[in-house]
Amino acid sequence: MRGWDFFQNQILGMKWLNEVIGSGLSAIGLHISNRWTGSIQFFLYDVIKITILLCFLIFLISYIQSYFPPERSRKILGGFHGIWANMIAALLGTVTPFCSCSSIPLFIGFTSAGLPLGVTFSFLISSPMVDLGSFMLLMSIFGWKVAIVYVVLGLVIAVAGGTLIEKFHMEQYVESFILSAGKVDIESPDLTQKDRFIYAKDQMVSTFQKVFPYILIGVGIGAVIHNWIPEVWVEQILGDNNPLGVVLAAILGVPMYADIFGAIPIAEALLAKGALLGVVLSFMMAVTTLSLPSMIMLRKAVKPKLLGVFIAICTVGIIIVGYFFNFIQPIIL
Amino acid sequence: MEIKVIGAGCEKCGKLYENVQDAIKKAGCEAEVERVEDLIEIVKLGVMTAPSLMIDGKLVISGRVAKTSEIVKLLK
Repeated sequence: MRGWDFFQNQILGMKWLNEVIGSGLSAIGLHISNRWTGSIQFFLYDVIKITILLCFLIFLISYIQSYFPPERSRKILGGFHGIWANMIAALLGTVTPFCSCSSIPLFIGFTSAGLPLGVTFSFLISSPMVDLGSFMLLMSIFGWKVAIVYVVLGLVIAVAGGTLIEKFHMEQYVESFILSAGKVDIESPDLTQKDRFIYAKDQMVSTFQKVFPYILIGVGIGAVIHNWIPEVWVEQILGDNNPLGVVLAAILGVPMYADIFGAIPIAEALLAKGALLGVVLSFMMAVTTLSLPSMIMLRKAVKPKLLGVFIAICTVGIIIVGYFFNFIQPIIL
Repeated sequence: MEIKVIGAGCEKCGKLYENVQDAIKKAGCEAEVERVEDLIEIVKLGVMTAPSLMIDGKLVISGRVAKTSEIVKLLK
């Protein structure tokens, strides 16, 4: 496993970067045993590491996503039935590009094509929660075991959530204008390889510009936690001593929205200070999956009751996953 | 030429609209630009992503902000 460890630690984790920064700081007279210097080292290392990962990941993922426009997903999903459709929907949600202002047209497009409500919701749940970016990011920060379990559980929540919504026969809670819209078959334009690279590059640049402030804030908070917050505080509220840590994390996380690249350094620091893995991951899931802007958008397409059920299913799912991660923490980390 | 800039009002949609205006000036052509922001209208067109661009009824940009230069090429 030595080759993989090297990949995990040096390529994904960029531990060498931490060493370089440490040496650099020592060379100008600052000792890393000093609290302030320790914070600076952590700050520089994390910001640079996350920025490099961000640029690389967004580019790669946007390129892959250019092959899966929603029109194509809709066509693919039309061919599946029952729980298979939910599973494929959850998988496609992972690779389809998603902007919150697309969620309503997409919802409408899927529904008017006759796709079952549950299938559309499996797609909507997995899209923000599970994506290639978070997968690779988690792999680099927490290791491949955590990353794979996270993705699998996220997909399970998406499939279960969608299936439940369908079992509750909530079609009546979709806004009527959507149900009366006819299906329009529209072909999305074909892209050349060059188009795809340009698209990927543009996504990388615009995401970087949008997310960089959050990375700085996230790493800043992480650095403060890393060097200034006593372990005892973290352990009491988020560690072994608090059986409700996961619930707390999920409930706090749901109304908040943070980009996953900004949330990761905070999660990393809390984990190092004794927070349980499940608490930290459920906070991250809650923060990225549900957000006020996307709920407001979704409300235009579905009535309050359905929206409420959607939020409840996501929250409960996240809580269950959180406890599961706490449980398997000893074997997986 | 009939151009439709489709999007339910997020900043990306605004950017695409700006780029379209720029492109029309640069290409120097006659075009009628319409902003489709109403969800029902977007549904009727069958568009599923935002922002998107339709020229004379054909979907040419789907779900992304195209640069002015790219739009100029499409207008010609």
